Amino acid sequence: MPDWFYYLIQQLLNGLTLGSTYALIAIGYTMVYGIIGMINFAHGEVYMIGSYIAFIVLAALALMGIESLPLLIAGALICSMVVTSAYGYSIERVAYRPLRGGNRLIPLISAIGMSIFLQNLVRLAQGSRDIAMPNLVRGGLDIGPTTGFHATLSYMQIVIFVVTLISMVLLTLFITRSRMGRACRACAEDLKMTNLLGINTNAIIALTFVIGAALAAVAGVLLGMYYGVINPYIGFMAGLKAFTAAVLGGIGSIPGAVLGGILLGVAEALTAGYFSAEYKDVVAFSVLILVLLFRPSGILGRPEVEKV
Amino acid sequence: MSGAPLLEVSGLCMRFGGLLAVNEVALRVEEGQIVSLIGPNGAGKTTVFNCLTGFYKPSAGSIRFRGEEVSGLPGFKLARKGMVRTFQHVRLFKQMSVVENLLVAQHQHLNTNMLAGLFKTLSYRRAEREAMDRAAWWLERLGLTDVANRTAGTLAYGQQRRLEIARCMVTRPTLLMLDEPAAGLNPKETADLQELIAELRDEQGLSILLIEHDMKLVMGISDHVVVINQGCPLADGTPEEVRRHPDVIKAYLGET
Repeated sequence: MPDWFYYLIQQLLNGLTLGSTYALIAIGYTMVYGIIGMINFAHGEVYMIGSYIAFIVLAALALMGIESLPLLIAGALICSMVVTSAYGYSIERVAYRPLRGGNRLIPLISAIGMSIFLQNLVRLAQGSRDIAMPNLVRGGLDIGPTTGFHATLSYMQIVIFVVTLISMVLLTLFITRSRMGRACRACAEDLKMTNLLGINTNAIIALTFVIGAALAAVAGVLLGMYYGVINPYIGFMAGLKAFTAAVLGGIGSIPGAVLGGILLGVAEALTAGYFSAEYKDVVAFSVLILVLLFRPSGILGRPEVEKV
Repeated sequence: MSGAPLLEVSGLCMRFGGLLAVNEVALRVEEGQIVSLIGPNGAGKTTVFNCLTGFYKPSAGSIRFRGEEVSGLPGFKLARKGMVRTFQHVRLFKQMSVVENLLVAQHQHLNTNMLAGLFKTLSYRRAEREAMDRAAWWLERLGLTDVANRTAGTLAYGQQRRLEIARCMVTRPTLLMLDEPAAGLNPKETADLQELIAELRDEQGLSILLIEHDMKLVMGISDHVVVINQGCPLADGTPEEVRRHPDVIKAYLGET
């Protein structure tokens, strides 16, 4: 195999890694939009908080002398998911629920305010400098010739794929099989009717915020460890990228969010690999503009039908 | 509370800005009664319904269900007390299957413990099975068994109407509120619907509040008819009394 082939494989692997974490964050945007038709712009900050909780937990476990790798990763993931779930619930309860039923613009502005608040809260509590996350998972698999040019699939990338895949399978099972998932789907179709059938729709809405926040935390833990650096501002860009992914896949559609995330990740990696890393954000947001211009309902989304 | 009517509405007013859409409407539904609410187009019938089901918060008046004040309660609490409604247009969960539509509606009766759902405990499984049995029973009852696994949006219109009634029934209501259930049905289907409503009352001990334009249906099954016009109560009585009431004739046909 020629060198260019392994180079392409390497870019695709990088793209899939990035894309699967975008997908995890995008699911939070898309689920909330699917039910209450609102963009939760504070979602990116939840991802950032997830990274910070992981850092704190890893530091605490290291101080306790725990060195088992699966235990460290599981501890970071679980603590981070629990804490961000509480954040997700509180954000909805404080910033969005009191404003529900009014103009759509008002919760959007509230979301931006919440985003600024959370970013600065973390900045005050943890400082605004970069924090180095410990690189726990070292090494990787070589793909191709052992000598000369080859692609590398790092073990951290494998961890990201596996954890992302498990999260998505669990989410799919929850949505399609469970009773609460059924109620979520009913809410996404007709919130008022669901309420009139005796389902506490406020509780279901809160649940979607909690699920979205927990998945964003998973992405936060994984990407924090992958990049090795976190700061209070990472949520902004990650949030925008995931939002783009959700729009690309068709906002409101969960499979769409996954597809959009992966496509966007691959597009960014290819841009960085063949053109210039400086331009990857340009490409990502060009995608957003093009989708909004030519296919506003996204790849898997349904065209918006005005509800009477 | 014995003696209290199932539903008692008095002095109900609904104001939208300067418009008084509903003015001092009163009605009562006794246990096991079929009561119809009629009136010319724009009379405010649906607004009354929307007040009763928590869609609107009435500007004034009281709504008592089994003697308990319920005005302004959120929709899901009303449903849990036993009041459910349909709409003029069909509002099914169109992308879900017919069975799922009926299972969602039983959510309130199922154990909502998340952990039980995760581990599929025995009681969880039993509750799911019961919900499924109830859904199957109502599908059979309304002749929808053949289409049980179809997506609800693909059913024929008459079937969608019946599925809506089935979906209300699985919530185990005591008061069923139907907003123009015969709209868009052909005469044969309307006759079947009339039979069905009467049977639901007799078999399930249900009380029914009905908005309907089809006078044959209204006069055929109602125990009591309430007429409103331009938001105000006009007449109130048995179908026979209402039919002969001069004000009602005037409102429907104009002055001679």
